[in-house]
Amino acid sequence: MYFGLNEDQTMLQDSVRRFLEGASELEAVRGFAEGEGALAQTLYDGLMELGVPFVLLPEAQGGLGLGVLEAALIQEQLGRHVAPSSFTAAYGMAVIGLREAGDSDWLDRIASGEVVMGVGLTEATGGREGAGLTLADGKVSGRATFVMGAENATHFMLTTGEQLLIVERVASGINETALTMIDKTRHAVTLDLEGAEAAIVGGNNHRDAQAKMIDAGRVLLAADTLGAAEMMVEKAVAYAKEREQFNRPIGSFQAVKHMCAEMAAKLEPCRSLVWYAAYAQDHVPEEAPLMSRHAKAHLAEVGKFIARTATEVHGGMGFTDLLGLHYWFKRIGSNRQLLGGPQAVRDEAAKLQGFGG
Amino acid sequence: MDLNFTQEYVDFRAEVRGFLEDNKDNAPPRGDRSVRSKKRLAWQKLLLQNGYAARTHPKEYGGFGAAPDALKARIIAEEFARAKMPGGISGQGINMLVPTLLELGTDEQKQKYIKPTLEGDMVWCQGYSEPGAGSDLASLRTSAVVDGDDFVINGQKIWTSTAQFADMMFCLVRTEPDAPKHQGISYILIDMKTPGIEVRPLMTMTGYAEFNEVFFTDVRVPVTSIVGNRGEGWMVANATLTHERGMLGDPDAALSRLRQVADIMQNEQVDGQSLMDNQVYRDRLLQLQGEATAMKMNGMRLTTAASEKKSSGMAGLLVKLQGCELNHQIAELAIDVMGEYGMLLHDSPFSRDKGMWQTAYMFDLGLIIGGGSAQIQKNIIAERGLGMPREPKPAAGSFGAK
Repeated sequence: MYFGLNEDQTMLQDSVRRFLEGASELEAVRGFAEGEGALAQTLYDGLMELGVPFVLLPEAQGGLGLGVLEAALIQEQLGRHVAPSSFTAAYGMAVIGLREAGDSDWLDRIASGEVVMGVGLTEATGGREGAGLTLADGKVSGRATFVMGAENATHFMLTTGEQLLIVERVASGINETALTMIDKTRHAVTLDLEGAEAAIVGGNNHRDAQAKMIDAGRVLLAADTLGAAEMMVEKAVAYAKEREQFNRPIGSFQAVKHMCAEMAAKLEPCRSLVWYAAYAQDHVPEEAPLMSRHAKAHLAEVGKFIARTATEVHGGMGFTDLLGLHYWFKRIGSNRQLLGGPQAVRDEAAKLQGFGG
Repeated sequence: MDLNFTQEYVDFRAEVRGFLEDNKDNAPPRGDRSVRSKKRLAWQKLLLQNGYAARTHPKEYGGFGAAPDALKARIIAEEFARAKMPGGISGQGINMLVPTLLELGTDEQKQKYIKPTLEGDMVWCQGYSEPGAGSDLASLRTSAVVDGDDFVINGQKIWTSTAQFADMMFCLVRTEPDAPKHQGISYILIDMKTPGIEVRPLMTMTGYAEFNEVFFTDVRVPVTSIVGNRGEGWMVANATLTHERGMLGDPDAALSRLRQVADIMQNEQVDGQSLMDNQVYRDRLLQLQGEATAMKMNGMRLTTAASEKKSSGMAGLLVKLQGCELNHQIAELAIDVMGEYGMLLHDSPFSRDKGMWQTAYMFDLGLIIGGGSAQIQKNIIAERGLGMPREPKPAAGSFGAK
């Protein structure tokens, strides 16, 4: 028994970290948030060179054929550097869905770089604003909300609840509305579709495939929060050691020191939870759905605590735009809402165990 | 990540399971805490012979002499818990004194004390805290003055669990009153039957006397009772404090308590409705389950670190703080879901689980405070784990400075 990362996994994570440390610096993130496209392209190219998009792709498609754990390690680094990237949707959820359904055609097209997939499944975790799609004669109509990965998607993978389908972004009959979100490191859109041409994903176990996409997507969002929260704790600790008031570092005051200790003590077990939840997706199928929900909900709670507390440790500076700490705060905040907030996810987790009606 | 056990460990688990099945009738009841029960002592000796207690302690001192193996230790714990059978005795003597003697004791001390302690025939208590020396333990004032071949001890200890049953105490005393506070302490072993020792039970909020106060009036013990050198007691004691912190906050125990709370919620009905259908209670249960699951995975990571002989870093430092708080919150939920019935104790009509959740709720608060309070834990996490600066010493002449 070995509970931890192996050498390859550590190397993968280190290489992504090293790349992002250079590429996804705060100034570049700020530029992206203000509408410059430069960082997105740099990151896309750099991550492509590292093989990041190929992590989950099967070997038959020239991919690495690795698991959700490896994807989570990458996602953790993306969160740590608040990197604008459509990885979660395009190379996480979409690939898992196609893999599970057994559709090698679309996997081939993703592997070749021809297709970058956005994913719209939020109706499956709670429909509002008239969300929901219907399919008739190969044409799809209705509304898909909070479609993820809109940064650079060429296609969108959507669901009727029963069937997974794919539309081309530029197809006629699709009206796209950009959403203004708190987290400016990500783009999401609402799609209103009226008789848009849709390709049905191959295979027929779409319900399972969709469930696995959501389970894995939640693990990835939890991993993103893990990385972002880890960076916030590091920044808070560094600031508390350096900032002086009353002629001493504020980190020597227990009021401040204990805030840092509480953050670290709550966060460290989250790492093991994310590792296990991610590992379970590929290796412990009977526990995968529950562990995914626990990871999503627990990281949402711990993330929120850290986002707030790390900001407070920075005092007034934490509240300013100058430090840019708010990019992490907002990333953690949007990870909490996406694919189900903690209360909703825990409710599902209870029902999985036969708790309550 | 590889959660499968190799054949060696699969076989080992089968061996432990077989032992437990064969010896069902030899085990004392799990709740049997009486330190002198014949059945319990016989069970302890059986466990020692088979390597399920004191597994890694040297054979010459009554241990089993196995190489340290964190996975086997974990398998033993898991199988005993699964069979609902009690493991070996885990008093402060075995957990704290024995490792200290093995590291720092003289040959004579090892010969004299370790075997009877492991076998449960010699019971120890710990004499560290004093009324004026809690978190600031190094300011302790119980004095030991050399007179001929003896130390003469005067002073008072508090929070001394099992003192009323103990044969011996390992104790911190001040032998060098003029040295700086950390350098004036010695670690000595005291026979509890020595004249001049008075043990008074200390009743706590739980209604039980889990602790005692121990008073020393001109208590004479031979100077050879010291472990380590004079003035080195702080260092000797710190070797054992590390062992104490490792004893608290077992995540499997937390998960098993949560299952008990879930059972209560499934079975209790209010106006014909299961408590599990109450969304508020259920959400609290699930929140705690998420936290306990994270702690369990953290524990697995610690097991791997131990089996690889690597430092566990932050993952280890947080266990006492987070684990004790989690247990307290689990008991809190159990009481809340029981409504008015959560107030009932012992054999009261309508009491649930004999009111043990109230006792647990209070006792767990005691554990949050004791063994290094939550605030001390946070200092340790911040200073050792995060490298944050210590609180500066007050300037001379200011409040509290000496």
